[in-house]
Amino acid sequence: MNRRTLLAALVGIVIAPLAGAQASTSDEIAKYRAALQDGNPAELWEARGEDLWKQKRGPRAASLERCDLGSGPGVVKGAYAELPRYFADADRVMDLETRLVWCMVQLQGYTEAEAKKNPFGSGSDKRSDLEALTAYIAVESRGVKMNVPLAHSKELEAYRIGEKLFYYRGGTHDFACATCHGEDGKRIRLQELPNLMTAEGAQKAYTTWPAYRVSQGELRTFEWRLHDCFRQQRFPELVFGSDAAIALTMYLARNANGGVFDAPAIKR
Amino acid sequence: MGEPMKIRATLTGDATEVKVLMNHEMETGQRKDAQGQTIPAWFIQTIGVTWTGKTVLSAQWGPAVAKNPFLSFKFKGGAKGDTLAVRWVDSRGDQRTDEAIIA
Amino acid sequence: MRLCLRVLTLAALIGAGCATISSDKETGEKAASVLKSSFKPAGQAGLDRLDQDDTQRACSAALGKAVPKELAAQIEQANVATIRYPSDGQLLGDWRNGEKIAQEGRGKQFSDDPKGPVGANCYACHQLSKTELSFGTIGPSLYQYGKLRGASGEVQRYTYGKIYNSEAFAACSNMPRFGYKGILTEQQIKDVTALLLDPASPVNQ
Repeated sequence: MNRRTLLAALVGIVIAPLAGAQASTSDEIAKYRAALQDGNPAELWEARGEDLWKQKRGPRAASLERCDLGSGPGVVKGAYAELPRYFADADRVMDLETRLVWCMVQLQGYTEAEAKKNPFGSGSDKRSDLEALTAYIAVESRGVKMNVPLAHSKELEAYRIGEKLFYYRGGTHDFACATCHGEDGKRIRLQELPNLMTAEGAQKAYTTWPAYRVSQGELRTFEWRLHDCFRQQRFPELVFGSDAAIALTMYLARNANGGVFDAPAIKR
Repeated sequence: MGEPMKIRATLTGDATEVKVLMNHEMETGQRKDAQGQTIPAWFIQTIGVTWTGKTVLSAQWGPAVAKNPFLSFKFKGGAKGDTLAVRWVDSRGDQRTDEAIIA
Repeated sequence: MRLCLRVLTLAALIGAGCATISSDKETGEKAASVLKSSFKPAGQAGLDRLDQDDTQRACSAALGKAVPKELAAQIEQANVATIRYPSDGQLLGDWRNGEKIAQEGRGKQFSDDPKGPVGANCYACHQLSKTELSFGTIGPSLYQYGKLRGASGEVQRYTYGKIYNSEAFAACSNMPRFGYKGILTEQQIKDVTALLLDPASPVNQ
């Protein structure tokens, strides 16, 4: 075969010549996204995550297969769709990533600092185990309806704090989550913005994280999404696994209840 | 030895469709790091796919191919249960071979 | 429990009848303290960025709904008082720089070099020139802004003032207060004003 360049399943994007024809721009972008669905590199993270879940690792040389993600020790199927939730052994509400850290500490003997040390990977030299594990746990909930509980008082508190944080205007630019995610049919530059104040918007948004971000060349998680939103909101840096991250995740995940989980997805 | 690939091969009628997801940085050699230093090029240069000893695809790639490349193609032939082998060699001389069974 | 939750989320009021759950005010205080403990300073962004002024606090409390008319008037009045017009009386700068500022998305993020470019990122939310197709829709289209309004002194003052502090004219506006919050310099605001009003600007073609 002659030397030729292959581009990973891209279709040519035709941008409408007139500013008024923005609807067809969205259509073309949607076609581009549909073409990208095949061969989602997230599968590479899912495979690595499954290995990390099953391997004996850490000072205790133990696997994570006894980790209780909320449905019982070692039950992975459907677990992501019910997170965040209250865990009695930790006496707090946890999202998937803080729960993984908990299990890495309790079962494998890592310190919390060691478990949290590289939450967001970059390149093959600096891979994040947490991103791989998240991808694996997530794919095991694909097709499951979101079913986040709101029974325990701490779950309710996390939800209400998350709601307050969603509307919290701050930083140099007075941005809150609601600034960009509070109206139907809006976009920032050409990126459509889900209206997270509605169940429909929350479902569409929350059920597609974690995702392979092509522009990052990495599998990114919901903790990463929150971290990067706050960066662009000109806030200081969101701490990984912090109460604010969990509260906001609780608020959005619960609002997505009823939506069919379809992650890991692929995004621009 | 490079990172494992994910390969799926399915027979429909008289043709086999092969989909390969490769794990590779595909560094173009054009990017600079935070210190302003050029990140050296590092990308898959040749690919060979064989079925029962026959080469069914060979490719020469360059830096225009994106990170974690996805290759999808069809070839006439193949039978359920046959083995396919996919091999790549990159610009550092590193290589990876993985096999899959045609379903 | 479920009825209480519906009341709380719909009305966003103190949970009357839900005696065991903390009040709205308590939740607000808890949220603020959670925020403080959940962020760390990075780059040019210190924890002081989490402190709210009265305007931000009032707008946050509305939980996405419009603030009552009286409160809106107070917010606008307070923000009008912050506007500083150029001492030389010249409100129009260079639209060419204005376009660069409108395109520039960097500035004030913890990942940005504090000595690096600071833009207004207008295209994130607005349509401006006809040829730039990559524009957002969070704000109204500004295409032909000057053509439709002319560039009288009054229009110049409104436009400059709106960029300086948008909430002087629309309480709880989503638009950043570029002058008041020290995002753009006086010259930059003049340049963006010119981008909108100069007849030669691509916005008005």
